[in-house]
Amino acid sequence: MQNQKKETIISNKKHRTVAEQVAHIVFTVCAFFAVLAVLSITAYMIINGVPALIRVGIKDILFSGVWAPSAAEPQYGILNVILTSIIGTGLAVLLGVPIGLFTAIFLAEVAPKNVAAVIQSAVELLAGIPSVVYGLLGIYLLGPVMYKLERRVFEGSTTHQYTGGANLLAAVLVLAIMILPTVINISTSALRAVPVHMKSASLAVGASHIQTIFKVMIPAAKSGIISAVILGVGRAIGEAMAITLVSGSSVNLPLPFNSVRFLTTAIVAEMGYAGGVHRQVLFTIGLVLFAFVMLINATMSRLLKNKEVKD
Amino acid sequence: MQTLMRKKRRVSDLVMLGLIYLSAGFAIALLIGIIAYVFYKGFSTVNWSFLTTVTSTLRGTVGIAGNIINTLYLIGLTLLIATPIGVGSAIYLNEYAKPGKLVSAIEFTTETLAGIPSIIFGLFGMVFFGTTLGLKTSILTGAFTLTIMILPLITRNTQEALKTVPDSYRSGALGIGATKWYMIRTVLLPSAIPGILTGILLAIGRIVGESAALLFTAGSGRNLPKAGVEGFFRKFTESSGSLTIELYLQMQNGKYEIAFGIACVLLIIVLEINLMAKWISKRLEIKYGR
Repeated sequence: MQNQKKETIISNKKHRTVAEQVAHIVFTVCAFFAVLAVLSITAYMIINGVPALIRVGIKDILFSGVWAPSAAEPQYGILNVILTSIIGTGLAVLLGVPIGLFTAIFLAEVAPKNVAAVIQSAVELLAGIPSVVYGLLGIYLLGPVMYKLERRVFEGSTTHQYTGGANLLAAVLVLAIMILPTVINISTSALRAVPVHMKSASLAVGASHIQTIFKVMIPAAKSGIISAVILGVGRAIGEAMAITLVSGSSVNLPLPFNSVRFLTTAIVAEMGYAGGVHRQVLFTIGLVLFAFVMLINATMSRLLKNKEVKD
Repeated sequence: MQTLMRKKRRVSDLVMLGLIYLSAGFAIALLIGIIAYVFYKGFSTVNWSFLTTVTSTLRGTVGIAGNIINTLYLIGLTLLIATPIGVGSAIYLNEYAKPGKLVSAIEFTTETLAGIPSIIFGLFGMVFFGTTLGLKTSILTGAFTLTIMILPLITRNTQEALKTVPDSYRSGALGIGATKWYMIRTVLLPSAIPGILTGILLAIGRIVGESAALLFTAGSGRNLPKAGVEGFFRKFTESSGSLTIELYLQMQNGKYEIAFGIACVLLIIVLEINLMAKWISKRLEIKYGR
């Protein structure tokens, strides 16, 4: 009885405010975890990536094409690796975006609603398949095909180094497939978000459905489609395990039938055994990749901001 | 003879429509092809002993039990750390923070975190948790690395779920005298549980499929944990390869049969998770009419 009497709103208040304050502080700390993580990742990438740039020299790393880390006089030029990542990603996007966009048009405009729903959940599945599985299929199925193609293209050539099917082309195909779900999903929602009155107006003045799609809806959904492309670029440039084996094992100029190393695959392939300066240079490669990704992120967030202002 | 009644057939329209069907057909065929092929190649490898033994030349067994256990360890520990932080962060962003520079900074970094490729997380985890904190390649290092990686997923999904809780719930609870934390604990969180679960499921899917972030953090060991409590806990400090890492190592050695077997197991897990997430979000839709 005595106890019950004490529990009034007023007597309990102090205890409650402590709990309230603790909760507030705990949640704030949780929220800053992401900030802390990004800051420390940035700091660690710079701390580990810069020493090699100073020791070997910026020119000899970034602008030299000679990669010979285990030679008597080691050389650490990663220009070919950077070019491979840029060209490989570019080609994959060039290949994947049109297919993805057309599929998105199919889903948003052409297919009946229930068919579109089934296909869309299938596409989500495609996004969930682990990247090593793509790599496995790439090396098992694409490899032999590439080797045949290679033998036909370079028949009689004495200078070509045969790669056995692991080359830039194979990696580009795998990457193009891997960015499809991203491009399809985001473009589909962008197309669906186009206001109906724009579509109706275009149809009413006599444009055909296809003309409406390409002349009205795609321009209206432009910013969404561009963000789909940028996210696709981000996914392709950061992909590692799927293309490590598919892209080959030596550093070369990014030509279709050359065995190549991407920024990501160079790290995966050599981090296991590298030591000393070699290891530091691998971190520099990581830093270059990080810089690319940050650039993509910044572009993306500026785009989103512009869109918000426009809306 | 152009009339309003007769539809004009444009060649360009037909070409474009053809391209649309072709692309969609290609994308769908690709998906079905990938899944069917992996099952076709891998299903014969998957049997009871493949799932319950460890690969050992001594006993002549081929199995992935160790990798399955490792993957479970990674999932369990990662979620144990990431879920409270992710949910807490979402609560702060949605319920406490006032819109302004601070919130947009936190949201921006969460976005950034989501965009960083997993190989970068792997490098960071290897240096920070592995070397600086001295955890070496172990389940601990791997799980800490994964925690940072999946944090945005959980935060974002919880935030979405909190946004769907009607404001009347909040004002109702506050109006009858509940304090804010009490309101969050008893009203908001229970309503947000389906959203949080979806986030957790997506996170599990991401962990199961992750490889680049684990290769240099969790390592590639394939042993089962020793019996007993001590064995259970010692496992956390041992090098332990997940299913994806084992798949990678097997295909690197050209052992495609085993690799396809693991791929088959991975696909089944991913399919299951996908279906469960779908089911939950459908129930959420019914409940709130989103």
